[in-house]
Amino acid sequence: MKISYYPGCTLKTKAKELDVTARLCATALGVEMEEIENWQCCGAVYPTGTDEIATKLSAVRALDYAKHHGGKLLTLCSACHNVIKRTNEDMKADGDICFRANNYLKLDAPYKGETEVLHYLEMLKNVVGFDNIKKAVVNPINRKVGAYYGCLLLRPSGVMAFDNPENPTIIEDFIKAIGGTPVTYPFRNECCGAYVSLKNAELPKQKSRKVLTSAKEKGAEEVITACPLCLYNLQVNGDNILPVKYFTELLAEALGVKA
Amino acid sequence: MTKTERIENLNRLSGTDVRKCMKCGKCSGRCPAFKEMDIKPHQFVSMLGQGKIDELLACNAIWNCLSCMACVERCPRGVAPAAVVEAVRDTVVRAQGANGIKAEDIPPIVDEYIPQQLLVSAYRKYNK
Ligand code: SF4
Ligand code: SF4
Ligand code: SF4
Ligand code: SF4
Repeated sequence: MKISYYPGCTLKTKAKELDVTARLCATALGVEMEEIENWQCCGAVYPTGTDEIATKLSAVRALDYAKHHGGKLLTLCSACHNVIKRTNEDMKADGDICFRANNYLKLDAPYKGETEVLHYLEMLKNVVGFDNIKKAVVNPINRKVGAYYGCLLLRPSGVMAFDNPENPTIIEDFIKAIGGTPVTYPFRNECCGAYVSLKNAELPKQKSRKVLTSAKEKGAEEVITACPLCLYNLQVNGDNILPVKYFTELLAEALGVKA
Repeated sequence: MTKTERIENLNRLSGTDVRKCMKCGKCSGRCPAFKEMDIKPHQFVSMLGQGKIDELLACNAIWNCLSCMACVERCPRGVAPAAVVEAVRDTVVRAQGANGIKAEDIPPIVDEYIPQQLLVSAYRKYNK
């Protein structure tokens, strides 16, 4: 099965491991990720200002491309997923934004939110199936792993519809499928401190330490994430309390595929 | 612009109806940046409702909001405090010469691991 894929700028640079391991695992699981053509950075943060249009056009272009290439758009970085999914909702439900974006873009046919945005974790769960992943595992992860959701996959849940925003389970189910023991801890859906290091270097340090301390107290030996910024904050601002990896790195380990 | 026009513009830009707030404080109770905010999330909502926008436009909290959407998620009345914070921040940084970060601020924080995502996010949030 082929699926249009939006990698995003960070996955081509500092977060190459996330992109590379995800592609190898997808191939091993029978999914071919086809990188869309001429994508641009999505801007990393969804702008809530109701008059923001230009900042959403990159997402709309990617969505429109995917509309004509299979109808689904696969994302991997949590931030890209958040921006693209929320922009897609605007194109579907906000007539004003939809009109103004289309008025500018002059596409062959107006884009109205037809594409289905799918995060890689949703693809694993709903397209491949965790049972099939379990069958494909050759090196079970016999460790206690804490899932770190952060904010962007879950919130706002009305639009993201990813999982229960207060008590998510998809990454824990993923950990079970690859033979690990999931550790649930209270700070798994609390913010790591995001981008504010430019304004307040202390805040991401406090937040990231809190997340990792909470995971460690509950017995986690390592933590996994889908977001390059979460990974950075937890690793660099989190005092090495626990090792932090991309979830796809553990998947690659379990499936025995090597980069 | 008159004050009424400026208040109207903030309401429109936020896209949220601050009159629906019932002052329960759940948004601030969940805010991970609470201690760092000189004006708390629930106050953004109530102060915009009362038209106290000069205080809002001068606050420091707009730089510490993490856009984590926890306040939006928890509000039982469907208000989006984070969107009020962003409307205030947008209004501040859209003024000529009022960008929150300058190119010179970047090199000191860059280390070999910093993801592009952090810089792109910060530029999008703090600058126009
Ligand atoms: S969210 Fe990140 S990685 Fe994704 S495209 Fe945008 S900035 Fe780049
Ligand atoms: S936890 Fe931090 S980097 Fe991760 S999603 Fe939230 S703000 Fe972003
Ligand atoms: S979005 Fe901002 S105001 Fe709302 S809870 Fe998060 S940090 Fe606090
Ligand atoms: S949670 Fe909602 S209703 Fe409660 S104070 Fe905040 S904005 Fe108002």
